[in-house]
Amino acid sequence: MTDLSIDLGFLKLKNPVIAASGTFGYGLEFSPFINLDKLGGIVVKGLYYSPCQGNPPPRLAETASGLINAIGLQGIGVERFSEEILPRLKDYNTAIIVNVCGEYEEEYVSVVDFLNKKEGISAYELNISCPNTKKGGLCPALSPENTYTVVSLVKKISLRPVITKLSPNVTDIVEIALSAQEAGSDAISLANTFLAMAVDVETRRPKLANIFGGLSGPAIKPIILRMVYQVASCVKIPVIGLGGIMSGSDALEYLIAGAKAVEVGTANLVDPEATIRIIDELEEYCVKNGIKKIEEIVGTLITQ
Amino acid sequence: MIKDPQACIVRKESWKDYHLLSLESPKIALEGQPGQFIMVRITEHSHPLLRRPFSIHSIDGRNVEIFFLSSGLGTSLLSQKKTNDTLDILGPLGKGFNLNDHFKEKDVTIIGGGRGIAPLYFLAQRLSFLGASIRIFYGGKTLADLPLKDKLKKAGFDTFFSTDDGSFGFKGLITDFFKAELEIFTPIHIFSCGPEPMMAKIAKIAQKKKIPAEFSLESVMGCGFGACWSCVRKIRRGNKEEWVKICEEGPVFSADEIIWKEGDK
Repeated sequence: MTDLSIDLGFLKLKNPVIAASGTFGYGLEFSPFINLDKLGGIVVKGLYYSPCQGNPPPRLAETASGLINAIGLQGIGVERFSEEILPRLKDYNTAIIVNVCGEYEEEYVSVVDFLNKKEGISAYELNISCPNTKKGGLCPALSPENTYTVVSLVKKISLRPVITKLSPNVTDIVEIALSAQEAGSDAISLANTFLAMAVDVETRRPKLANIFGGLSGPAIKPIILRMVYQVASCVKIPVIGLGGIMSGSDALEYLIAGAKAVEVGTANLVDPEATIRIIDELEEYCVKNGIKKIEEIVGTLITQ
Repeated sequence: MIKDPQACIVRKESWKDYHLLSLESPKIALEGQPGQFIMVRITEHSHPLLRRPFSIHSIDGRNVEIFFLSSGLGTSLLSQKKTNDTLDILGPLGKGFNLNDHFKEKDVTIIGGGRGIAPLYFLAQRLSFLGASIRIFYGGKTLADLPLKDKLKKAGFDTFFSTDDGSFGFKGLITDFFKAELEIFTPIHIFSCGPEPMMAKIAKIAQKKKIPAEFSLESVMGCGFGACWSCVRKIRRGNKEEWVKICEEGPVFSADEIIWKEGDK
């Protein structure tokens, strides 16, 4: 029997596989396909304080081994989420993490302040890195100062652990990660999507109404993996790796590079059973390699 | 919603760029309703990454049939699949056409344009089972775009064909043919699927004549089951207009819900 559990320090997960925000709805959408109890955790779709209409369609363009999305965080807001979704998620025995959005700094604080009073949430993931905002791809995670500001404001009032989700669209990811750590973030999730675009050559129009969107999927995995390795070597807080994980082997690359856990995103759209298959594949790998506790392989990259 | 990772292609029919695949998938076949769709994984590799949505063309016992035009990377790869290959499919998904006993012995009209005929064959079969009297209008650019014309005739439906170039049937748009025929009869309900400008025109005609109408809309989809919010469309709900997921609340919407894209009217 392999022990797949992971201790993030502030939160124990039954295994390292978490469903990533934006690709897993509010969680319940996947209950016809999989047993949600088997997941390490679920990060529900990003929530602004009020309901958000999102961007006009087309919102999605497929690219080589990836997809560009510009959903624009359409969602139901904190009140409806607390009334309609949270009570139903309580039935599941998995860590529920809420992805917190804000159009301005104070909004992150109001979302967390509102959710603090609700039961059934294990942690917050601060989405300071969504490229699909009204500000044309601008977000706090692009600068160490803005990252510090938002994280410290939220940490001041949060009654739960805070995971800061960083953007890969920066020149020095380590600098931003250190800034989040300094501001008191309990963990880092790395990373959100790459700002990208696609063109329809027949019409000469962008394939997305928003022109830009965020690239995800297997196409980005090697780049995020490099960033996870760089960050995990420099910070003291746990790093959760995400970007293009489609298989157990992909997840293992992140764990070996230093991620304590992983989030699975785009794969959920392609295969609603992806998370469960990845957990099974992790277990098979451990059994095959005589690993008793999966935590043993975290950060074991051999470079000599 | 069922995931069937091993749906076997038991029959394949092709007409130039149009193809029909019959997939053995008993559970999905049991549950599927006209207007609902399935998501088909094209390859186990990562390109093309996303599944493709196909409305259910027909259900034949244990088999779910899809009918499509090979027009891009996904459909072109799918058209190369052979009998006995297996496909990973999800379904039945979405909300289909509104069917009830109220159509018994009543005149209903079905209008399909090009590959938009796909969901309408299954619909016609069910309406026929309910005892409705059915007229099917089926239009395409040329004769080659009407691959199902013989199948529809053979099934005993009252058929009306048109081609833009006059190579078969009425010469001109199917909407014009339909409009002309409306001088002679008035259906109690219209069902349609096809290019947006065609459906927008039918909606306008239906509204003028106060005939209820339903349309099956198409969209690029990420997941097909409501998780990604990619396939939204502006839909009228009471006095409000909102972005609604086609995969979950559609793909079938009624004429008074749909806001046609600019330039379509």
